Amino acid sequence: MPIQVIFEKCTGCTVCVKVCPFDAIRMMDKKAVINLDKCTLCGACAPACKFKAILLEKSEAGSPKSDLRHYKGVWIFAEQRKGKVQPIAFELLGKARELARDLETDVSAVLLGDRLEEEIQELIWRGADKVYVVEKRELANYLDEPYTNVIVELIKKYKPEAFLCGATTIGRSLISRIAIKIKAGLTADCTDLAVDKEKKMLLQTRPAFGGNIMATIICPAYRPQMATVRHKVFPESPSDMKRKGKVIRENLDGPILESRTSLLDIIDEIESTVNIGDADIIVAGGRGMKTPENFKMLEDLAKALGGAVGASRAAVDSGWMPYSHQVGQTGKTVCPKIYIACGISGQIQHLVGMQSAKTIIAINSDPYAPIFKIANYGIVADIFEIIPILTRRLKEVCKK
Amino acid sequence: MNIIVCIKQVPETTEVRINPETNTLMREGVKSIINPFDMYAIEEGVLIREKVGGKVTVVTMGPPQAEAALREAISLGADEAILLSDRAFAGSDTWATSYTLAAAIRKIKDYQLIICGKQASDGDTAQVGPGIATHLDIPQVIYVKKVEEIKDTTIRVWRMTEDGYEVIEAPFPVLFTVVKEINTPRLPSLKGIMRSKQAKITVWTHKDIEADFAQLGLNGSPTQVAKVFTPAPRGKGQMLSGTTDDIVAGLVNILKEQQ
Ligand SMILES: Cc1cc2nc3c(=O)[nH]c(=O)nc-3n(C[C@H](O)[C@H](O)[C@H](O)COP(=O)(O)OP(=O)(O)OC[C@H]3O[C@@H](n4cnc5c(N)ncnc54)[C@H](O)[C@@H]3O)c2cc1C
Ligand SMILES: Cc1cc2nc3c(=O)[nH]c(=O)nc-3n(C[C@H](O)[C@H](O)[C@H](O)COP(=O)(O)OP(=O)(O)OC[C@H]3O[C@@H](n4cnc5c(N)ncnc54)[C@H](O)[C@@H]3O)c2cc1C
Repeated sequence: MPIQVIFEKCTGCTVCVKVCPFDAIRMMDKKAVINLDKCTLCGACAPACKFKAILLEKSEAGSPKSDLRHYKGVWIFAEQRKGKVQPIAFELLGKARELARDLETDVSAVLLGDRLEEEIQELIWRGADKVYVVEKRELANYLDEPYTNVIVELIKKYKPEAFLCGATTIGRSLISRIAIKIKAGLTADCTDLAVDKEKKMLLQTRPAFGGNIMATIICPAYRPQMATVRHKVFPESPSDMKRKGKVIRENLDGPILESRTSLLDIIDEIESTVNIGDADIIVAGGRGMKTPENFKMLEDLAKALGGAVGASRAAVDSGWMPYSHQVGQTGKTVCPKIYIACGISGQIQHLVGMQSAKTIIAINSDPYAPIFKIANYGIVADIFEIIPILTRRLKEVCKK
Repeated sequence: MNIIVCIKQVPETTEVRINPETNTLMREGVKSIINPFDMYAIEEGVLIREKVGGKVTVVTMGPPQAEAALREAISLGADEAILLSDRAFAGSDTWATSYTLAAAIRKIKDYQLIICGKQASDGDTAQVGPGIATHLDIPQVIYVKKVEEIKDTTIRVWRMTEDGYEVIEAPFPVLFTVVKEINTPRLPSLKGIMRSKQAKITVWTHKDIEADFAQLGLNGSPTQVAKVFTPAPRGKGQMLSGTTDDIVAGLVNILKEQQ
């Protein structure tokens, strides 16, 4: 069996029982017993046991890359849309610089597209020591297959030890394909990335089970170590126009640029307000707003703050706000600087979508509402009394 | 058209709560359900079959009790169901999961369309769909929010992006992952429920799918969980009280500071 409890070492402390996400461990006669019908070998218990009583054996026979030391450098995918590098690339560059410092290596950006001269410069100013550029008409817009093929070629040729990518629509579609092709580990939606300096290994931490637990994931035997990061989880690296870097142009041609799918049209849906995924400030309303008209109040406040309006599922299901504004498990995940929750009780499905906001302000008439448990600032009050006055005061302050 | 829908059985997350005393997951009485996004995948498969004819086969990799998810899918209109269940699959990360599912699909052989959910509510990586497509060397379109037109050899869909959507045309066979906007899943019909009770569920092990043993389960997975912990609770919050004017003045200060 790949997993077993060494009874002599087990002290019956029950830490493993608590940490098992699958309810697969029970205590029998003060010893941990693993129910193999439920166990998924997820690996949560073994490192949690202080007494090293749980053995999880993994044979690395299947790992093809014998000499990991040949893999050097931290890479980021510089996503461009319509020829413009997206802010996520600068967020990744900031993190990549930290990792490269601890790994004692350099940072490279990978940029694919057509006619990108100014964008290359910006990537260097933002922290890239090298920029790998492939400019082709076929790469002007993102397509799964040519992008995957080209980057797989670059990885095989230059062998980076780590590769970071944004958890955007494009990023997720691309990086999942790359990871399969080169057989590399890929950790999704990391909220923290660090380096085990001794083993020169990437420690990739991500939420799982709706944010109820955090898992740190490693890829000891495979390179590059790949991870995605959501937009706005890390701050953008600043632009330093004195920075110098190297541009490496790859000239690739032929079948690797072919795509079986074709992109017929790109349609931007113009929203009346800021996209909540991008907003630094979100004013969100729930069932406590009571009517669709009352959302106008939140729109006014959002406008005064330069932010966007979000909503709970209760508000969306009542038809008060469109679905594109829904925050939570089945809506959007947001990470603004400030999140103001108005008349939202704070059920777990809502919290998972907004709990990484830097500052959370909650206004609710019920002092026992769960939202107060995660709020940095809580106000027990009637929203309809607070919001209009707050908006007016903010407008006055702005004028001054 | 032969359509394959991949579904995953997940814990019904609504009931996953943190025990405030011990700070651990409370799982007692947690039911298993079909991953919510996969309900849209099943519905879209059934809708397309109703339009152009063919067959919908649901596939899941999981423990023996995942059979319940397959039966539910049949009650919702799927025709056939395959359960991939084998201790050799345990410990799979997304690489090994998509490898295993792809091997099973290769064995099914005759298919034009594979539909997955956008992501699973527990693992939450959204990597398995594109993984299957890559293992099978077929194209994919993720985040499909609308099927616009089905022709003999191609299909035209809308892919949801951050700013709106893209119109993409793909040849068969192709894999989609679908988002919530694509349809409204139906409730099981009485006939469906009857059928689901009698339906035969095919069970395959690693031998049946002719997979390379070294690529399966824990050993075939590049990623490894090094540590699991409950997130540090946010610092104790501060309550603002007093008259409405006091509160508003306090808020204005906080907003100015944090901005
Ligand atoms: C599978 C699944 C997925 C889900 N996904 C999501 C999701 O993505 N996003 C989401 O938000 N929910 C989601 N939910 C629903 C979630 O469980 C809650 O039902 C929902 O978040 C509740 O919304 P609410 O807080 O607006 O409403 P309620 O829980 O009804 O809370 C309303 C609050 O307003 C307060 N209030 C009332 N009047 C006033 C007043 N005058 N002044 C101040 N406060 C007032 C009340 O005290 C109360 O706390 C999901 C549920 C399931 C089962
Ligand atoms: C705490 C924790 C963290 C993890 N983090 C990672 C990680 O970062 N990287 C990684 O590679 N693995 C990770 N895993 C392992 C991962 O959860 C499993 O590989 C899982 O089997 C598939 O991933 P998912 O749940 O994210 O599915 P997703 O990729 O989110 O699922 C997308 C769609 O694929 C289909 N699908 C998924 N699983 C199945 C299945 N078993 N049968 C049929 N169809 C299916 C469904 O249509 C589903 O809607 C983690 C596991 C745990 C316990």
